Amino acid sequence: MNALVPLVVMVPLLGAASALILGRHPRMQRVVALLALSVVLAIGAVLLVVVDSDAPLVMEVGGWSAPFGIVLVVDRLSALMVVVSAAVLLAVLVFSVGQGLADGDDEAPVSIYYPTYLILATGVFTAFIAGDLFNLYVGFEILLVASYVLITLGGTEARIRAGVTYIVVSLLSSALFLASIAMIYGAVGTVNIAQISVRMAEVPVDVQILLHTMLLVAFGIKAAVFPLSFWLPDSYPTAPAPVTAVFAGLLTKVGVYAIIRTETIIFPGPELNPALMVVALLTMVVGALGAVAQADIKRLLSFTLVSHIGYMILGVALGTVAGTSAAIFYVVHHIIVQTTLFLASGLIERRGGSTSINELGGLLKASPLIAALFFIPALNLGGIPPFSGFIGKLALFEASAEQGTPLAYLLIGAGAFVSLLTLYALMRVWNMAFWRPAADVADYDSPLLHNVSEAPHAPVLQQTRSTPALMVAATGAMVVVSIGLTVFAGPLFAMSSRAGENLEGPSMYVDAVFPGGIE
Amino acid sequence: MSISLVLLIVMAVMYACGIFLLLERSMTRVLLGFLLVGNATNLLILIMGGEAGLAPIVGNGVTAEEMSDPLPQALILTAIVITFAVSAFLMALIYRSWRIEQDDDLDDDAADVAMRDGVSGIASETMDTSESDTEFGIRAEAAVSTARDLERSDELAAAEAANSVVAKPVTQKSGSGEDPR
Repeated sequence: MNALVPLVVMVPLLGAASALILGRHPRMQRVVALLALSVVLAIGAVLLVVVDSDAPLVMEVGGWSAPFGIVLVVDRLSALMVVVSAAVLLAVLVFSVGQGLADGDDEAPVSIYYPTYLILATGVFTAFIAGDLFNLYVGFEILLVASYVLITLGGTEARIRAGVTYIVVSLLSSALFLASIAMIYGAVGTVNIAQISVRMAEVPVDVQILLHTMLLVAFGIKAAVFPLSFWLPDSYPTAPAPVTAVFAGLLTKVGVYAIIRTETIIFPGPELNPALMVVALLTMVVGALGAVAQADIKRLLSFTLVSHIGYMILGVALGTVAGTSAAIFYVVHHIIVQTTLFLASGLIERRGGSTSINELGGLLKASPLIAALFFIPALNLGGIPPFSGFIGKLALFEASAEQGTPLAYLLIGAGAFVSLLTLYALMRVWNMAFWRPAADVADYDSPLLHNVSEAPHAPVLQQTRSTPALMVAATGAMVVVSIGLTVFAGPLFAMSSRAGENLEGPSMYVDAVFPGGIE
Repeated sequence: MSISLVLLIVMAVMYACGIFLLLERSMTRVLLGFLLVGNATNLLILIMGGEAGLAPIVGNGVTAEEMSDPLPQALILTAIVITFAVSAFLMALIYRSWRIEQDDDLDDDAADVAMRDGVSGIASETMDTSESDTEFGIRAEAAVSTARDLERSDELAAAEAANSVVAKPVTQKSGSGEDPR
């Protein structure tokens, strides 16, 4: 079964190479890309079943044993993340195929889109299965370089302007990450995560806090945690809809995944947990307040993305099994729901010709299907029972109440308040874009629309375009998956609890990498 | 662990200069800053490898104590390759930006400008473009237009046409720029 582990990275990488070779045959490229991601999804599912029933799988690359060679480790958390991200990547790929077929690919130069997309997938999967801090860095770099290309796709002025913000911020965070790896190597003499976790205990506490902070800042930029989150709402909304959807769903979650690993395996101590809780609080509140002030749906969703990262950080910051388990469940829920909402906003943009709630109206009558595809994930993100958003938040609040400190209760209050703000922002979109009759849009006045700011350079109402069946089907499939998360929340939550238990104390991870013990 | 003071000072200076350049508006300087920060980080990895030693090849009668640590070197090589790829992409981005705007400066963020101009009480001010410190904004335009002049004058000299015909559009162009003042 160990042989399946490297395939998670190899298949999309080889797929990318073949898609590049097949640059002149768009149809073949699509087949290759869909096939590669479907295979990864299947492998991920097998890995999840195997890992869940038995110990973590470890692959020693090139046959060099652990501290000398590079190891790839798949435990429950990694397998879960691989499955969810493969499913999301596949759905978004179908969506972009539908969009490309409808538009004659004028927005996405087709010959590079599919290879770059697969490289992005490679980077994401590499980061999830890396058992070595430097390999994690390489995974980050692979996905970042692919994302640089995707965010500036087409090279228009607005996208280059937005891309520069994103790229410069990412470069800084990568440099910081690499510097932290160098410092950790200087402190403990290894970059193998399992070995680091064993040796870190011998390092003086003040040095530990320094290294810990450096890593958290580097990952915090990638995960868009307050106060390192301001690049995100500026850069994401200008990219094409499928690219924004996959960035919003996955890239920040790779940062969150790295934070979970840092907090549980590399630095399991509680030194920085109170600081992280304050950061989680500010991320939630500031992000939600930003979302309330936006008129543009894509910008609004980018702000809710930032705000909900705060919930995940809250779960990690608790430093308990319950907290980590709830955070893992919330990550899975949020990847699916946030991607679905961005895909739905892509459909709204095509159908209504705009993404501003000042311009849109009458969409419920014009297209009840799109309305449903927006409404369900919107309620889910807002945390309305019985959806998975409610379950995730409930689990997080329970874990906080278990800890019982005043700060934990403050965070419960803030979390409830922020979910109301999220719901308010999304229901305002619903009222304006879907419920308001199209005839009323011209001279409509409502307190709901006072003091909301438009996106910069917001295009005037464009002509509406068709919404191809494939795009609607991909969004619909994501909505079905998100409902599936609700229906099967029991087994899923049990799974994320087991993943959380895995991470309690790094011993299980260490034993998997060093079955014969470690000196 | 003793470390080389020279390497440490060089690293610190490179970090300082690199961060300073990364904060500039001009994309070309950002690229230079990125290269400096990247290489400073490589130096940091090298410093963390400990003292320099002999080549780490087993079986030449060299004991482990005399060898230098090979892992930082492997890490640095990988980091260099990544830096190389990213700087190639950045150069392509700068070229594209220059093709669009004849300028590699970063504009003010539109949302920030809107916020300044809007409800908040902050005085409205925009970036002073006349003092923009782009690497090749104005000079590049000059270079391009003289190149155009050369081409034209060659053509016209061959056609034995009067030079004044060429001069006219050029002076008009520069003239119209001065007019408002």
